[in-house]
Amino acid sequence: MKKSKILLGVAVIAVTGFFAIAADHMDAPAVTGGSNDITDFYAFQGQNTNNIVFVTNVQALLSPTDTQSAKFDENTMLEINIDTNGDAIEDLVIQAIPKDGKMYFFGPIAPAQTGLSSTVRSTGMASNVAITAPGANAIIATNAGMSFFAGPRDDPFFFDVDQYKAIIAGTATGFENPGTDSYAGTNVLSVVVEVPKSMIGGSGKINSWVETKRKQ
Amino acid sequence: MKFNTIKITAIAALASLTAFNCSNDDDSNGPKVPEFAGTYVQEDQMARPAISTVFVSMGNKDAFNVTVPSKQAAGYQAAFQNKLLALNPGYTTNALGMDAATFTGALATDVLTVTLDGKTTFFDGTNVLTGRMLTDDVIDVELLLIFGGPMGTDNSTLSSDNVDANDKPFSNTFPYLAAPHM
Repeated sequence: MKKSKILLGVAVIAVTGFFAIAADHMDAPAVTGGSNDITDFYAFQGQNTNNIVFVTNVQALLSPTDTQSAKFDENTMLEINIDTNGDAIEDLVIQAIPKDGKMYFFGPIAPAQTGLSSTVRSTGMASNVAITAPGANAIIATNAGMSFFAGPRDDPFFFDVDQYKAIIAGTATGFENPGTDSYAGTNVLSVVVEVPKSMIGGSGKINSWVETKRKQ
Repeated sequence: MKFNTIKITAIAALASLTAFNCSNDDDSNGPKVPEFAGTYVQEDQMARPAISTVFVSMGNKDAFNVTVPSKQAAGYQAAFQNKLLALNPGYTTNALGMDAATFTGALATDVLTVTLDGKTTFFDGTNVLTGRMLTDDVIDVELLLIFGGPMGTDNSTLSSDNVDANDKPFSNTFPYLAAPHM
């Protein structure tokens, strides 16, 4: 009994390690499969070339059925970090927190403090948007040149991760041609924010990254 | 008696200060916001795709997720280099001309650089790491830099996964991502 439990534990760890390879999908034991698990982060010039778009996706590999019940966690803040002077320390943040069916946005604004702990910069409230229901048309809010979306989307990531895992495990020597997109047919929960470049430094280069932070 | 007066004055001052703070909040413009008090503590982070998942060993993944980017190079560059050389023991330089120490030094500070002055792409043949578009084949870029050697021609069965695009087309307009599979 005890031995089989231990074996099961080893198997679970092995399986966790096996699946822990993607953009950032299910990347680490403490967050894998949780509502705080970041799957991907994108930053690109918008349709309006005066703007930058930030995309943060959470909750990996949602099937269409899973998507119907998938929810943003009201105790999890998504925080986009922006470094405008090249020291890899955030000078500005954009915070997104869900509450009662809406996603609330704050920033871009200087954080109260840098690093691992954050408080909501409520003086920097930017907007809020109703979270789009699965299957419904995308609900978009706009304010001061910014645009906001929150809700389920197709996972934009594409990768033959299954073949990569086989290569790492030593059971294959290379990729197949054509490969198979392991993320085809799956969804994520997305938060999309488009902001004028003038709000995040104006010109030159920025460094950016995204964090999930849990309310204590 | 005098001491009590001072105390009462202090309490009155404090009360008025608090009242002022409350009314100040009430007077703020814009729609009503729910209360978002409290401290939020970090659990996950990411910037460039697949960095943690490829280069951070399983035992360090949770720790990497709570290491601020400005401390990542000092803490993880050497481990990234070991991982790179384990993945590709024949690594010399890559198509960007970076040796193992330079390449992993650049990767270990996991931030996504974004230009505010033009084209944003992970790599398009000309621009390198000026952002990340939805259509960018980031995995092929990373595989090529890990396995492809100085000319990008080595290990051809490892330097592309031969999946070049998403299963759904993206939109040119906000919110850009495709509708979910239903």
